[in-house]
Amino acid sequence: MVTGPRGEGKLFTDPDVDRAREFFRRKSRKMVPKVTTVREAVERFIPDGTYIATGGFGANRISTAVLHEIVRQRKRNLAFAGHTTTHDCQILTAGGCVNRCDVAYVVGLEARGLSRAARRAFESGEVEVTEWTNAALAWRFKAAAMGVPFLPVRVMLGTDTMRKSAAVEIECPFTGTKLVALPALFPDVAIIHVHRADVYGNCQIDGIMISDLDLARAAKRVIITTERLIPHEEIRQNPNATAIPYFLVDAVIEVPYGSYPGNMPYEYFSDEDHLRLWLEVERDEAKLAAFLDKYIYGVKDFTEYLELCGGIERMRQLRATEYLLDREARGEGGPYA
Amino acid sequence: MPEYNKMELMICLAARYLEDGSTVVVGTGAPCAAAMLAQRIYAPDLMVLFEAGGFGPLLPSMPISVGDSRTFYRGLVAGSMPDIMEHCQRGMVDYTFLGGAQIDMYGNINSTLIGSDYQRPQVRFPGSGGANDLASLCWRTMMITPQDRRRFTPKLDFITTPGYLTGKGAREAAGLPPGTGPYKVITDLCVIGFDEETKRMKVESVHPGVTREQIQANTGFELLWADDLGTSEPPTEEELRMLRQEVDPYRYVIGRG
Repeated sequence: MVTGPRGEGKLFTDPDVDRAREFFRRKSRKMVPKVTTVREAVERFIPDGTYIATGGFGANRISTAVLHEIVRQRKRNLAFAGHTTTHDCQILTAGGCVNRCDVAYVVGLEARGLSRAARRAFESGEVEVTEWTNAALAWRFKAAAMGVPFLPVRVMLGTDTMRKSAAVEIECPFTGTKLVALPALFPDVAIIHVHRADVYGNCQIDGIMISDLDLARAAKRVIITTERLIPHEEIRQNPNATAIPYFLVDAVIEVPYGSYPGNMPYEYFSDEDHLRLWLEVERDEAKLAAFLDKYIYGVKDFTEYLELCGGIERMRQLRATEYLLDREARGEGGPYA
Repeated sequence: MPEYNKMELMICLAARYLEDGSTVVVGTGAPCAAAMLAQRIYAPDLMVLFEAGGFGPLLPSMPISVGDSRTFYRGLVAGSMPDIMEHCQRGMVDYTFLGGAQIDMYGNINSTLIGSDYQRPQVRFPGSGGANDLASLCWRTMMITPQDRRRFTPKLDFITTPGYLTGKGAREAAGLPPGTGPYKVITDLCVIGFDEETKRMKVESVHPGVTREQIQANTGFELLWADDLGTSEPPTEEELRMLRQEVDPYRYVIGRG
């Protein structure tokens, strides 16, 4: 195959599919209970230096509990896939956990503004960066999920994004069309929050999938947090709803409100006040340190964090926001009513 | 004539370009407001898509994130990011809207960094997100942006997202799908298109009360001007009513005008 220019960026993971197959060959397929705690899952599966990828979309259906625990255990030199990352990137960089990143979207919290802590990490040279796009990382997960070393696509061409990536320009062997070969991305660990899972790790997700179907299949290890554990029989009653089958999953932890302060579709909306507080305290390093002491280092687990943030009453309000209940209570009806 | 602010004007101008029965990928803020307004007046069958996987929601309010639950509220499909991006790559998506820190005369966009040292930039911005993907793959790319010399710059610190790159034929030579590229840039001063021969920015209409001198003074490169340069059509009563009462009653976006 004819190959053209190659991006200057570093490849942080190995795209070799036969080495990946050797790993997957040894991965247990046993349908055994995998229920554990967030602390144990992070201790066991995320040693310093691990390449992690977070599911969801930045502050939507993220596994905040696991991200906090990574910070609390003071993990260092992690690499991560900056695929649609907003609050998740903010937590990891505030904790100083990361030193390499495949960037598609980092540092920002969409319309809410830029994270100072994340900016410091990415502007100081503390985090080594290779550049990509959201679709590029989604398709790199897809290549890995398919078990092929690369996928040809039509993005990044002609730009500095391509120049600073680790992709290669190629020519189509059938049509001669110029394409970009994206190397497969097999993360060491994917961290995904779902609506429902059984003790074996069969998972159901409501609403958009973002890139999680491919991510769960691309990752060597998968840590699942779930809003609720359900009986195995509920999975068998509705196999159409299974997004992730048990044999991909290594750990299952029941964490109600586990995406807080992020949005969880059909459960609760994002806590915009708390996210604003994060952005505010980041302007001053001492304030950020005190904030992290209070909300992450100073609590033993995610339940204590939720209590600090207003507990059940706050969760009730966010549930009402998710379901637009305030609007109905005012008699405004739904949209287009 | 009704009173309006700059944001309301930009949203109304953008909405008029979205034709009925077309598909558009939008982000949060002004582009989303433009699509919602278009649906209510000109384009009831406009298919609104969000990059995280939402297809055709009946948006109850402005989303905060392009992946939050509003983006598929009472929607047609709760899909995935690869699903949306593959529809774009296959040629099924007509429009997209983008923004950025810097834009040049060919409509190339920088949303990655300011500075010259890539690993130690002066300012690190989010990066492409889905912008490079959407501008590479959707048929027509639009921008809604304030216009000033810092933003409309002769040379980008980093080309995150392709416009016409270096001019006519450059996108095709780079391998990008033929027939795609920047379409309109809607600013707080004027509406800009792209010259057929040079693929450079060409002002098509000037907003009421704005002068040519003012527009050029707010641009860091030389603009071209359409022979039939007109005045931008201000918002109608109906557009403003819909925008204020139904699209953005809490003034999240239009309050920024």
